Amino acid sequence: MSILVLKPGLLDTIQDGGRFGYSNWGINPGGVMDRYAARVANMLVGNSAEEALLEIHFPGPQLLFEQTALITICGSDFTPMLDDKPLPLWQPIVVRRNTALHFDALRNGGRCYLAIHGGIDVEKWLGSYSTNLKAEAGGFNGRRLEKLDRLFQGECRFYFPAWLPNEKDKIALNWRADTTKVYEHPHEIYITEGREWHLLKESAKEDLLNCNFIIHPSSDRMGYQLKGEKLQLQAAVEQVSSGVNFGTIQLLPGGQLVILMADHQTTGGYPRIGHVISAHLPKLAQLRPSDCVQFCRTTVAAAEELLFAQQRELTILQRACNDRLKQLSCSV
Amino acid sequence: MQIPVTIFSLGDSAATIELGQQIDPVANDRALAIQQWLFKHPFDGMLEAVLAYSSLTIYYDPYIVKRNYQPDTPVCRWVEDRLRKACNAAQAEAPKGALHRIPVYYGGDDLHDMANTKSLGLDEIIAIHSNRRYRVYMIGFLPGFAYLGKVDTRIATPRKLKPVTVAAGSVAIAGEQTGIYPLESPGGWNVVGMTPVTLFNGKAREPVFMKPGDEVEFYAISKEEFQSAQN
Repeated sequence: MSILVLKPGLLDTIQDGGRFGYSNWGINPGGVMDRYAARVANMLVGNSAEEALLEIHFPGPQLLFEQTALITICGSDFTPMLDDKPLPLWQPIVVRRNTALHFDALRNGGRCYLAIHGGIDVEKWLGSYSTNLKAEAGGFNGRRLEKLDRLFQGECRFYFPAWLPNEKDKIALNWRADTTKVYEHPHEIYITEGREWHLLKESAKEDLLNCNFIIHPSSDRMGYQLKGEKLQLQAAVEQVSSGVNFGTIQLLPGGQLVILMADHQTTGGYPRIGHVISAHLPKLAQLRPSDCVQFCRTTVAAAEELLFAQQRELTILQRACNDRLKQLSCSV
Repeated sequence: MQIPVTIFSLGDSAATIELGQQIDPVANDRALAIQQWLFKHPFDGMLEAVLAYSSLTIYYDPYIVKRNYQPDTPVCRWVEDRLRKACNAAQAEAPKGALHRIPVYYGGDDLHDMANTKSLGLDEIIAIHSNRRYRVYMIGFLPGFAYLGKVDTRIATPRKLKPVTVAAGSVAIAGEQTGIYPLESPGGWNVVGMTPVTLFNGKAREPVFMKPGDEVEFYAISKEEFQSAQN
């Protein structure tokens, strides 16, 4: 049973936590841009945190649920509508067979995640469900979704039609994830020092930490190009290519910055000025072209603590979601 | 000879072992030996170890390291210690890699320009490029893109200022590096020829057959041989 794509969106791809272990072949990890929203989405519908789900950009797709299913939409607010009635975000919802989902308007954020209980039944490529568009592999035939594609749902542990009152097309289950802390101060992005940080001119260091940088329209899943003060090194550096990371901030020859995102190349040869901390990558993934970024410096140790705090909350959330789903299934 | 090692954090989920800033077979081989040691002795939470010219970058999940080893120090310090141990324990050299012989039809778009700038004949460029055994220093940029080096300085050519669309199978030169485009892609390298060999096959169990530490020799084939090999 399945979800039918009535109309594709700008960029709808199947993703998961990423494909690790193949960068040595030049195959990047990829995976979701906002790992936090994707994990929460999977947990809310009773999946494991790294299950395959749909990453949606605005304008979003129109999807027909061909079977009653437990879904959730997490991340950006694109005003999701089920047959013209609004759907809440960050909340599990049972939707009836033959209802259609579309997205009305961009309220905020960069991308959202549609998770479905049981996950999406596609084959793994090199250990991951993520779509690698460059390699044309993984996810749904290695490509973005197109009209009349049909996504099949993975194995169901519950019988959802029994959860839905007769007269209703949908029911939002009465719990939701509180994620305000993760996304508060959306433009304030913490960074740690990169290998070539100390090679910046003193004035450039000050500009980096005191000025706003604007996300350029050419930004995508590979990287965010930033517009702002031109930053200069004390002297030119000769550097050979080496490994780069999700969140690495590179200084381009013209003095502009680029932040590497989920689909970044495995290696790069530009000076590494800094790295966005993992705990703030979800915020960054929800910024859009023409949004501004303000960088604040922190240490790797402090960045770890912030990440661990997020992870502890996710562990609690996962347990709570599973308990509630189990309770509900016993009571219907 | 011991190469001095610098280990630094690459954000809060990776660390790089740096062995200098040069395209040098000794440093590359040392990085490869450390990588091989780490593959044999991984730590919980280690996601991958990516080899480059003169560095090795280790990606890890800091939460798993924290949970499984409960270090007293920040995880980044623990990882750094671990990597230092790896550097000390690894063999000085990696075992010898495989040799790949790659047929090339030398009729690339940029061959004539190169010949003009370098005041060399086409056959001279072909002879110089194919008369050397190259080391696979690293795979990066695109799935299966092997960075080979070094080319003879007589045919070393700087990257183009503006990237153009480069066809899959293009054999190209940038600086003292040479490489083969496994997929069609924008690129700034100077294309000297085409190979019919498939470098990336997403459907294969091992999609990429070249590995860092392998060696490559190019040999010239005719246009007809290239075309019949393609079909």
